Amino acid sequence: MAEAAVSFKNITKTFGEVVANRDVTFDVKKGEILALLGENGSGKTTLMNMLSGIYYPDHGSIEVNGEEVTIRSPKDAFALGIGMVHQHFKLVDVFTAVENTVLGLTRKQEKYSLKAAARRMKDICDKYGFEIEPKKKIYNMSVSEKQTLEIVKVLYRGAEILVLDEPTAVLTPQETEKLFNVMRNMREDGKSIIIITHKLNEVMEISDRVAVLRKGEYIGTVNTADTDEHELTDMMVGRKTDLNIRRTEPTGEKPLLEIRDLVVKNDEGAVAIDGMSFYIRGGEILGVAGISGCGQKELCEAIAGLRKVYKGEINHMGDSIIGLSPKAIIEKGIAMSFIPEDRLGMGLAPSLSVTDNMMLKDYKNATLTFKEGDAEHKAKKLPAFLWPFVDRNRARKKAEEIIEELDIVTPSTETPVRRLSGGNVQKVLVGREMQAGPNVIITAYPVRGLDINSSYTIYDILNAEKEKGTGIMYVGEDLDVLLALCDKIMVICHGKLMGVVHADKTTKEEIGLMMTGALDLGAVKTEKHFGIASDTNIDEEDLAAMRQRDAQTEEEEGE
Amino acid sequence: MTSFVAWFTSSIVYGTVIMYGALGETLTQKSGQLNLGVPGMVYLGAFAGFAGGFMYEKTAASTNEFLLVLIPLLCGFGGGALGGLLYSLMTVVLKANQNVTGLALTFLGVGIGTFGGIYVLADAGFLSFATARETAALFNMNINAYIEAGVFGEMFLSYGFMVYAAIILAIVMFIIMRRTRVGLNLRAVGESPATADAAGINVNRYKIVASTIGGGICGLGGMVYVIMYGHGGWTTTNSIEALGWLAVALVIFSTWKPLNAIWGSYLFAFLFWFSNYFPTVTGIVLPTYAPYLLQMLPYAVTTIMIVLFNFRKKKENQPPAALGLSYFREER
Repeated sequence: MAEAAVSFKNITKTFGEVVANRDVTFDVKKGEILALLGENGSGKTTLMNMLSGIYYPDHGSIEVNGEEVTIRSPKDAFALGIGMVHQHFKLVDVFTAVENTVLGLTRKQEKYSLKAAARRMKDICDKYGFEIEPKKKIYNMSVSEKQTLEIVKVLYRGAEILVLDEPTAVLTPQETEKLFNVMRNMREDGKSIIIITHKLNEVMEISDRVAVLRKGEYIGTVNTADTDEHELTDMMVGRKTDLNIRRTEPTGEKPLLEIRDLVVKNDEGAVAIDGMSFYIRGGEILGVAGISGCGQKELCEAIAGLRKVYKGEINHMGDSIIGLSPKAIIEKGIAMSFIPEDRLGMGLAPSLSVTDNMMLKDYKNATLTFKEGDAEHKAKKLPAFLWPFVDRNRARKKAEEIIEELDIVTPSTETPVRRLSGGNVQKVLVGREMQAGPNVIITAYPVRGLDINSSYTIYDILNAEKEKGTGIMYVGEDLDVLLALCDKIMVICHGKLMGVVHADKTTKEEIGLMMTGALDLGAVKTEKHFGIASDTNIDEEDLAAMRQRDAQTEEEEGE
Repeated sequence: MTSFVAWFTSSIVYGTVIMYGALGETLTQKSGQLNLGVPGMVYLGAFAGFAGGFMYEKTAASTNEFLLVLIPLLCGFGGGALGGLLYSLMTVVLKANQNVTGLALTFLGVGIGTFGGIYVLADAGFLSFATARETAALFNMNINAYIEAGVFGEMFLSYGFMVYAAIILAIVMFIIMRRTRVGLNLRAVGESPATADAAGINVNRYKIVASTIGGGICGLGGMVYVIMYGHGGWTTTNSIEALGWLAVALVIFSTWKPLNAIWGSYLFAFLFWFSNYFPTVTGIVLPTYAPYLLQMLPYAVTTIMIVLFNFRKKKENQPPAALGLSYFREER
């Protein structure tokens, strides 16, 4: 039993200057379920990708069944009996379950026969308690079925070591229970399972041991039976570090943006934001903490008008903005900047110059300018249909201002944005959003991938905006930054609001517990109206309109 | 009646050319490659097939019947395949934009064919018309000439072997795509290259091989046009290009299914000849502008089909999901 199925020995992996894993050493035993726990960016997925052949470690070695192995491709991993189920399913939509299962197998491995393959799939399903129809097409499958198929696919290829990357993130509690039963059956059968997860209750329920990573480093492994959620949270988030970010006192103005009972669905049609209520006051920064993929993106998109609001109300200074176009929402003064993982994905056109990108959000203000004397430019506004040209000079001036102000390193204002380094690209994006003079700023991961100095520049800009009375929602990853920068921190877990806490009165542990769903302030303090401002702008009329809309949505759903 | 039979037989021969083009392009598109160079590849195949047959007839002391058939076949296939190979190298290896590369290939193919044609014709003593007579005779050899089975024979048995070969090719392609591992892998590459890659399938190899063979099949269509329909006579002509575009439309019309391409190609050719034969068959005189409008019919039908399929939203009738997209393996 004590024999190791997989041993990681001093694994180090860097991407450029970013260290994803540093000197990670631990074992996975045969016939055990090991939970791999860690915050975002702690290097869990990177480590597992090295096991499944997607990345190759810079230093260190991997041993499988006591022998040192070289895994250079997913094929090598398969040959060693290692199978990984990724968060993003790798399935062909128009194929049936069985077609997907045999995809990529070679003649050497087995004869091509979908009938025989379907029979073998049935055997696997019966053995471990899966339910799957081999002839069903993927596009007719639920998320849970797709995941089941991914696991069957891996088992079909004879995997003895399974890696499941956040398998429960997309499942309902009932489906999760089913999955856990299957996992226990697989353990009985002697297979080793590594499960990556953030949810502490699930770690406690399913795992035999827990290995914890923090910021790329291995913290330790504990027996699940000997530990509790508090200890694990401590290991996961670590001690608080002081960052010395300047925080000004909030001015405490009236709520600018109020969200009430908001329900938003994700691309797959599952509920991403589940009945959230909160508000942002002028002159304060509301931090949003949560494991990545817990609805942050959907929330930002819903506020910016990019995603349909399923139910509930979004109210800006007394007016509902539900159903408004993104352009109308921008005109109301709500700026949104979302920095996705690839950093270029949203908000900027990579091939256009800095100047052009400035104009993207400001095209409607085309004016005809007359020069009066040498000094002053006097703008005379003509309607757009009379004067259809954009004002490049003004945009270039703006670009120059932002470059100066934010210390952006670029050869000129006419350089395509994609040629700038990641940090500078982000500054362009954030700078443009500030330039428009918004009254509400929704910003998600604005310092993602930035170096310390650039990060502090961004914090300073946000603080300056806050002093101007702007309401800011800051979706962040680093808890230390959230604690230092924000006035209040709202914690979400799988689309549900876990609570809003004052940054100077809370602890990292408390937030950590809320992030993982172990602590729900909403459930504790039921007497107080959760997430509703005492001086709310939403009146009975708005609420009536909201209820009517929701009823209508439900009716349509029923049809 | 005779003119209806003529309409019918012209449609079959003409349709065969379109069918080869469509089958080649279907194979290409199933791998996710949107090659709009079909007219170019058809033209290359037409020229190479003709030139092969013509030069062999001209240079050989005594011709061998087997070679008379084999050389145009290989040349026609090779000409188109070269176009397909060039296209796939540009798009797969150099990651060039598929639409632009395909269109460029159309111009290139037509250009090379026309240019090369001048030399072949010059060699023939600057006759405005050079003919590969013996080759054409062999390709047009048919059963009906021997058994004389009346109208039935004329309608169904009076064609050279390439007409029947096209139908067999369509059926073979259907079987490969539906029933074999290669077909499964090919479709996976066109639907979701990332999935195929993760499953250990060599995505680039599948794309290149499919585009090249697909180009070769398109080339056969051009060869059939010159040798069979044109009875071995080379004139640089625009109608080859028009047939290439009809083949592209047919791929969409057939919803990427080879079996649909069989009847679809005959229908397209039938509609294409509508303005020629309709007046003589029915006795209805059409206004002079009508032929120009009526030649649009295949495209109009395709457009209507696209709209209908989009309404029905059946997943099986949609193009390969990754069609026209270059595949980059994700890297951090």
